[in-house]
Amino acid sequence: MSGGAVLILGARSDIGMAIARAYAAEGHAIQLAARKADTLEPERNDITLRHGVDVTLHELDALDYDSHATFLDSLPTLPDIAVCAVGYMGEQSDNETDMQAARLVMRSNFEGPANLLALLANRFEARGSGTLIGISSVAGDRGRATNYVYGSAKAGFTAFLSGLRNRLAKRGVHVLTVKPGFVATKMTEGMDLPEKLTADPDKLARSVLRAAKMRRNIIYVKPVWWLVMLIIRNIPEAIFKKLSI
Amino acid sequence: MKLSGWGRYPVAYCRLTAPRTPDALAEARSHGPLIARGNGRAYGDSAMNEDNTVSTRHFNRLIAFDDSTGQLTAEAGVLLGDVIDAFLPRGWFPAVTPGTKYVTLGGMAAADVHGKNHHIDGGFGKTIDWLDIMGPDGTITRASRDKNAELFDTTIGGMGLTGVILRLAIRLRRVETGWILQHSHAAPNLTAAMEAFEAAHDAPYSVAWIDCLSTSDALGRSIVMLGEHAPLDRLPTRYRQIPFGPPPRRKRNLPFNLPAFALNRWTVGTFNAAYYRANARNAGTTYVPWDTYFYPLDGILGWNRIYGRRGFVQFQCVLPDDTARPGLEALLTATAEAGQGSFLAVLKKMGPEGGRLSFPMPGYTLALDFPVSDKVLTLMTQLDRITLDHGGRFYLAKDARLSRDMFHAADPRAATFAAMRRETGADTAFVSMQSERLGL
Repeated sequence: MSGGAVLILGARSDIGMAIARAYAAEGHAIQLAARKADTLEPERNDITLRHGVDVTLHELDALDYDSHATFLDSLPTLPDIAVCAVGYMGEQSDNETDMQAARLVMRSNFEGPANLLALLANRFEARGSGTLIGISSVAGDRGRATNYVYGSAKAGFTAFLSGLRNRLAKRGVHVLTVKPGFVATKMTEGMDLPEKLTADPDKLARSVLRAAKMRRNIIYVKPVWWLVMLIIRNIPEAIFKKLSI
Repeated sequence: MKLSGWGRYPVAYCRLTAPRTPDALAEARSHGPLIARGNGRAYGDSAMNEDNTVSTRHFNRLIAFDDSTGQLTAEAGVLLGDVIDAFLPRGWFPAVTPGTKYVTLGGMAAADVHGKNHHIDGGFGKTIDWLDIMGPDGTITRASRDKNAELFDTTIGGMGLTGVILRLAIRLRRVETGWILQHSHAAPNLTAAMEAFEAAHDAPYSVAWIDCLSTSDALGRSIVMLGEHAPLDRLPTRYRQIPFGPPPRRKRNLPFNLPAFALNRWTVGTFNAAYYRANARNAGTTYVPWDTYFYPLDGILGWNRIYGRRGFVQFQCVLPDDTARPGLEALLTATAEAGQGSFLAVLKKMGPEGGRLSFPMPGYTLALDFPVSDKVLTLMTQLDRITLDHGGRFYLAKDARLSRDMFHAADPRAATFAAMRRETGADTAFVSMQSERLGL
């Protein structure tokens, strides 16, 4: 099996890399974009050896918005599928007091990803095909004291993806929103995560590929998260504000 | 976190970290002596250290492949199954493989694992060109047969006790197809089984399933299975479309522990008798896909749970040729008398020795699985004694409970190995629960 190129934005993330590997296994050429892209050489080498597909490395600073159009024009081909795995959680306690830290979280999870996908969406729309996959988060479903800075940025990203989907649905471009719950990655290393609620990046990648193929719109990677978030979303604010969850 | 080997016995709370770079791995040494852990397929406590167990799972990248020689360079955390996935479609197969593909290359080197071709090709160590090893001081040394040969020989089969294997170069073998031409026949007793092995010395692969509950005249009755990589021109036409075999079978999962009463003398005895009869009836030559031939149990993820909540232990020893016959008889008789049969009893003829502490030696190896119980542990001590009396030794990758005295008595190389560790400082840098138990 083979297919068009897959662009991974934020390829250094464990989720981005797992999705890249899963697409490579199906014969897709892979474009890995990240800061200090040359340090991804071992990954490029590994994916090429395993799957015999072309893998290219591309320098990308998700926060340097003005560079994004040039970046997209420099790709060997306009990809068929683009995955945005750019994200940064930071520390909630820092984000509360240090506005610069908070701003970095908001820009990394909302502005940067939205800017990249907006430019890609226009190109996909002009071509009349393509799939955009945005890795958002269950944290965006409702702001909570423990991570509302990150959560609000992801909420913005989720809304942005929803709008893109609405706009492009009749244009042959599909948009998939992925809301992972806990995933065992660099971002969560050292956290004490409940096993039943935690996905590993490879399983997540398989779910994402399946969902993209079936043209699903929004997926929670572990179905239990759909239920968890349904409950969290529906707790009346008067009660919710007193809870610590 | 709670950690155990594949046998789920013993279980211990271990501090487990998974560094992503050699520098981070070197840094992990600051938390005290450590042991590297691959995919956790050693049966007992070989890759467990309560204070500092270091997973190599992030060192999982292929580095290079030379299509003219079949030399693969890879990081130590790469799974054997990933190597097969990548290279079998191009006509290459591991030159030596154990009975599961869910092992890391580093783990295979550390245990110097053997396969069904050991009588001809030797252990996994023989297929290694070089190893990159992080030593006690955190520096990385490349060791091969020509350079740092001492480190090379002690690391192969050294159970991670000389350092952490980071990268290695191994040889794959060329194959024309992914099919195995299997010849199986029933051997009605131990004598017949051993004769079959001697007669089949030229068969590339040989192994026997042995009914360890049969007694008297049928003691040691076996199904002897010989195999060879099927060349393309001998493959039936219907398989030639897919010369590298059908895709691996859909995996079934055993999601829970079977209750302890599910395995008893009667159920295992019945299973073994039925298995023997079915295979005796179907003896002959068949074409088998590589996955079914080499990794029959990998099709059932979590098969280790059939032995119940307390886990299981495996007894595996090798006996030298001249005492193998009486030794095996004594081991099988003791097992049958205790009524502690296992389904997964395996007999295999072995070839030459490998690394300084590698398990194999010319002779016969017997492997038996038992669910953990006090009775079983008593039986195992008895089996240890029989092995020692017949000049045999034990496989550390399977061990979870051997005593220090028994181990040293059966394997005089252990003292030399331990002395080497003291000399290089490895004894205070690389320590597993097993190495402490066995005094290595």
